[in-house]
Amino acid sequence: MNHIALKMLMGDTGKYIGIVMGLTFASLIMTQQPAIFLGIMSRTYSFVTDVGLPDIWVIDPKVQFVDDIKPMQDTELYRVRGISGVEWAMPMYKGLLKARLLDGTFQTCNVVGLDDATLIGGPPVMLEGKLDDLRRSDSVIVDIDGASEKLGKPSLIPGGKPVPLKIGDNLELNDRRAIVVGIAKVTRTFQSQPVIYTTYSRAKSYAPKERKLLSFVLVKAKKGQDLVELTRSIRESTGLAAYTQADFKTLTYEYFMHNTGIPINFGTSVLLGFIVGAAIAGQTFYNFTLGNIMQFGVLKAMGTSNWILLRMILLQAVLVGSIGYGLGVGLTALFGFAMRHTILAFKFPWQLLLFSGAGISLICAFAAIISILKVIRLEPAIVFKG
Amino acid sequence: MNLAVRCQNVVKVYDTGGQKVTALNDINLDIIAGQLMMLVGPSGCGKTTLISVIAGILDQDEGLCELFGENLLTMRSKDKLNFRAKNIGFVFQAFNLLPSLNAAENVSVPLIINGMKRAEAERKAITLLEQVGLGARWKSLPSQLSGGQQQRVAIARALVHNPRLIVCDEPTSALDHETGRNVMKLLKDVALHKDRTLVIVTHDARIFDFADRIAEMDDGHIVEVKGNARLKVKG
Repeated sequence: MNHIALKMLMGDTGKYIGIVMGLTFASLIMTQQPAIFLGIMSRTYSFVTDVGLPDIWVIDPKVQFVDDIKPMQDTELYRVRGISGVEWAMPMYKGLLKARLLDGTFQTCNVVGLDDATLIGGPPVMLEGKLDDLRRSDSVIVDIDGASEKLGKPSLIPGGKPVPLKIGDNLELNDRRAIVVGIAKVTRTFQSQPVIYTTYSRAKSYAPKERKLLSFVLVKAKKGQDLVELTRSIRESTGLAAYTQADFKTLTYEYFMHNTGIPINFGTSVLLGFIVGAAIAGQTFYNFTLGNIMQFGVLKAMGTSNWILLRMILLQAVLVGSIGYGLGVGLTALFGFAMRHTILAFKFPWQLLLFSGAGISLICAFAAIISILKVIRLEPAIVFKG
Repeated sequence: MNLAVRCQNVVKVYDTGGQKVTALNDINLDIIAGQLMMLVGPSGCGKTTLISVIAGILDQDEGLCELFGENLLTMRSKDKLNFRAKNIGFVFQAFNLLPSLNAAENVSVPLIINGMKRAEAERKAITLLEQVGLGARWKSLPSQLSGGQQQRVAIARALVHNPRLIVCDEPTSALDHETGRNVMKLLKDVALHKDRTLVIVTHDARIFDFADRIAEMDDGHIVEVKGNARLKVKG
């Protein structure tokens, strides 16, 4: 009876396409919107991801997320270095400073100061120049997106695209000269501001004078050292907060989840997609069943059991669900591919496939159940009612 | 004389929104195997309800209705389905062919319901279509066939699994006079033989002469059962 079920479904082309389109739309919304959401959320902790080397981040206990800088005294670095189990501990500065551009305008930048000796915490990928070039006087490394867009030089053509910064170009940071010695690739951050790397001591000279300027202490644990134990030990010895890399990401992620409207905005979109998809697909599928009710009645009168009719409807639901799901996921993947070089945040992990798969399954189950109930309750005597 | 159908004191009452309507009121009717019985009468007299009870797709409220000696009312649901699938063929006023299946696929449906493999069922269906004169049109969809051709496909579908009873609901009312008579001739020639009984509900007086017996109904009762020899065609 399976081929009869499939022919019944595909024979009514208009309704068949309507059901598949409804499910495609639902699947698209349920993957595309969460993919953007995850992309944005992953940007909140992208700085921590990019600084891959340290095991533990030591910060002021009041810090709520990675960009919530509450500077510490430089002496805290030495206290951390003195703790048993610490292989090395390096300072890092991170702060928002204004860069003066060639056309006289200002652009807020994320300035990262790396340990002068080791340059630990540098950009993950150097596109031009070398990290070691930061040892030259007044040198900075700029991220490619910042260099191409917000920090770019004015276009020679009015209204044209900015001319990307290149090695040898100058910037002004807090009235001090900064010379570009490298271009790096970094993961876009939540605020999407240009990222400028320099040494810790030079970053302190760029920053407005404050008593405390140490943003993070980056810690590498000795081999075999239990990280949880070490973070506890750092907290107890220094009174500072210490997080493993994963925990620091979670802290940042949780902050944005609980203190911004991002999850609720995207959650609403996903929920609406689910409801609209369920309504379109459910109603069209139910209408399709109603449209075929006489045919189901004929099959029932001729001796087809409810169980076989149920299987036929389930097969129809599974088929349209699979096609709609595949098309929706495919469109999302195409969207992500098309947007890969743009500012749009997009992250499409396999878990999202499961999530949307579960959503589409729910919609199909709902559509199938209301149709099945109708067919099961159907009196076969309907076949004699003109 | 073998009885195909035996109805005794059959009563069926519909509850339409709190109002009771007696569709069948103390029906007593015997249908002899191998004969063509017509149920005739005005609209709303209970013909369709009676044919539904006889075919086992509607349960009566009171009385006994046996089909080939079996009381369908007391059968388990699964057994009743199997009994219907094996023993009854249906021909409907509006043909009720599945529009997305071609003629051969439509005819093969009862065989597939009875568990036959699809390819074999379709081969047998084509043979039946040849018998009803549609062998060359087995690939056609119902929408590509005329009303008379669709009814012939429906007759082939009703016959293909060799049932012992064929119930037809107004099989000619959607057809013109000549096509209607051709369909009836086909039914009588191909469908009717000593082991197969036909019960036809109709109010089309032009085909009364095909009946072996006619049961006239009115207001839920059997008013009169007449043999064809005594039949006077009305209207």
